[in-house]
This record gives sequence, C-alpha cells and structure tokens, in this order.
Amino acid sequence: MFKYRDEGTAKRILAAIEDMGIESKFMHVCGTHQDTIVRFGLEEMLGDAGITIQQGPGCPVCVTTSKEIADAITLADNGVTITAFGDMMRVPTSIGSLFDAKSRGADVRIVYSVEDAVKMAAEQSKPLVFVAVGFETTAPSTAVPLRKELPANFSIYSCHRVCPPVLKTVFDMGETKVNGLIMPGHVAVITGYECFRPFSVMYDMPQVVAGFEPLDILMSCYMLTKQRFEERAEVENEYTRLVKPDGNPVARQLMDEAFELVDRAWRGFPTIPKSALALKEEHAAHDACRVHADILATTPDVEEEAKGCRCGEVLRGIMKSEDCPLFGTACRPADPKGPCMVSDEGSCNIAYKFRKV
Amino acid sequence: MCLAVPGKILRIEGDTAEIDFGGVIRKANVTMVEAEVGKWAVIHAGFAIEIMDEEEARETLKLWNEFLSSEGTTFN
Repeated sequence: MFKYRDEGTAKRILAAIEDMGIESKFMHVCGTHQDTIVRFGLEEMLGDAGITIQQGPGCPVCVTTSKEIADAITLADNGVTITAFGDMMRVPTSIGSLFDAKSRGADVRIVYSVEDAVKMAAEQSKPLVFVAVGFETTAPSTAVPLRKELPANFSIYSCHRVCPPVLKTVFDMGETKVNGLIMPGHVAVITGYECFRPFSVMYDMPQVVAGFEPLDILMSCYMLTKQRFEERAEVENEYTRLVKPDGNPVARQLMDEAFELVDRAWRGFPTIPKSALALKEEHAAHDACRVHADILATTPDVEEEAKGCRCGEVLRGIMKSEDCPLFGTACRPADPKGPCMVSDEGSCNIAYKFRKV
Repeated sequence: MCLAVPGKILRIEGDTAEIDFGGVIRKANVTMVEAEVGKWAVIHAGFAIEIMDEEEARETLKLWNEFLSSEGTTFN
C-alpha cells in the first residue's frame, strides 16, 4: 500500500514532465531523498525528461562541524560515556573519530534512540552524554525525556539544527542556481509547510513537499515543473498521506519546551543565525555544554576539513560527489576523509554505494 | 537520519506501542501522535512522528493516474 513504485505511473509522470518542455534544476535537502534518487536510478530517467537534481545541505551528520565532534571525543577521553547514533561514530576529525576514542579505551556506545541512552544512564553512576543530531524530524524525540525525571548523570549535547535558515543561506550566498526545491517530507511532518512559504515569495521559488518513494520524487518534479510552466511559485504538498499543513503541533510543543534557537556554524557554511537548537536554561542540569563546561574548555582546535576534502562544497550544492578528487580513491566508506562519505545520508556515501563499476 | 518507516500499531501501553514492521515487531514511543491499535504510524529513531492517512495513501495513486490521463500524456 505504501510502496509507490509502479512503473506505468512513473512513465506517465515522466512523459507529462517532458511534454511541458522546460529544462530545470531542482535541489533537495535530504539524504533519504538522495538515497531514493540514486538507488532507483531516477537521475537518469529525470535527466532524459530535462530535470537535473542536486543535493543540498541535508544530512544532519554531514553538517555537524568537526568542532562538535571533537567536543564529543574530548568528553569521551575524559571519562564521560558517549552515546550517539551510529552514523556519528566514524566521522573523522584531525583528532580522530569517536570510534578511535573507543579503541583507546573510552566508553563510546551506539544507541538507536534517546530512550536507550536514558536507560543506560540509569544503570551507571558515571556521567553519560547523548550526542543529539538531526533536524526537526529528530529534535522532538530528544525533548521527550526532558518532560520526566531524568538520572542526574544524564545530559544532552545538542547538535540539533533547523532547516529554514540554511535554505535562506543557500539562496543568499547565490552559488547554486536552482529552479525549484524538493522539500524534506519528514521535516515537514513536524513543521508543516507554512514556514517555507517565504522562500517562494522572496526568491520566486517553487517548492513541493515530497515523500520518499520513487513515485513521490517523480511526482514532486512534475509538480515543480508544472509550477514553472504556469509561472507560479508556491508551496505545494505531494506527501499528503503524511504531511499536514500545520505539521505535528505536539512535536513542536515538545521542541519549544526544551530548546531555544541559537546561532551555529554548519560544515561548509559560515555561522548561520538562529539555525541550531540549544537546551533552554531550565534544563541546565541536563545540558552537557553547561554540566561539562570544564572538560569542553579543553577541546583542542581541529581543522574543519581534512586536506583535499570537499564536503563543504558538496553540502552547498556546488560540487557533485564524484567530482571531488578524493572520491573513491583516498576517500571511501572504509576509509572516509569527510562525513559525506561516512553517513548513510551523505551524498558521497550514496554515490559510492550505487556507483556504476 | 530522516529515514522514517511505517509500521502497524499492535498494542499500546502508556507511552509505548508495539509496532509491526512487516513481521518484525519493535517498540516505539507514541507520545507525539494519537495512537490507535490498527493504525499505521511512521517511526523515526524510536518515536512515532505521525499517523499515516491510510485512505489518502490508497487514493493518491489512483488520483494521480486519473489526473495524468486528463493531462493527455502519450502513455495510457
């Protein structure tokens, strides 16, 4: 029922795009979209219909800075248990990765959800930090345990970021010329899509909120092309089976209770105003930045990118993974030089996994 | 990261539900949604983030095809 993969429908959508006779470049900002596009060979199909797709800054692990990962490594090296999603473990920095810290004896563990981390904290006395990454899709879940009484040794190092400010930055930097945006469906599930409307008004940008099956992507490209054909620039919703106009108010309430917006650098970008989520003052007792301020003050300076790594340009949507000189040679999933090759959501990892050999 | 997978709600106990992902049963936190046994929830990092509109999911493809036909594309 939820597999939108019918070939006949795909052909119809592609033919309808081609009939409009407009060549377009569309950007998406989600690693899961990139996975669908590459895995199902949609790039080639859409290319034949005149559509080029470009991934922008949409892999949470990839946009987390080396400084933030170095903070987590430093905590681990100083006797704090670090828990994080698996993708974070192998991201390299100039002081190594979290897995390197583990191999020299630090207590570093992969968790599936924040609730796992809370349970682990309750079973030990030494301090435990959950390194929280993710966009609006993930941030509400990190906020859920904060409503309850938490073990005193549990704290959160928030790398959570929000989507709209980085899109504004991409447009304002003006490096990438795109004709439309495929909007991240699982961010919009939480935020709704009214918050994206200003982009259509300010930048004359067609936008379509899209799901993650192959037909969702094709249909969103059709809807974007149709907007261009009719000289419209609006926010439309393709993912109607899940995304409501006002999103999930309960999830947003959770975020509002727990977090406040702060300025933060993103990998590949300068500091973006009000683009990240830090724990509010009332949760200071569980904010790793406050609880472990003394240790974090000792985090060594790290290079933001390894020599030759072009993740920043890949994330800004101005370079394709395959065009990086390190791609597939010095930088591979088994020996990554940058986060885009580590994360399942990273465009380099996806390009390598499904490359034609 | 933003990968989220639909599964059917089998049982609810407080904030937690048992979810059937095509035969694989896992627990998920359902604080953020109006969970009901038999409904489809979309799960991300151990939390249900929304309930799938089953009717909408069934109808969407049909509507697209009707719409595309009316557009007069070359495929029938």
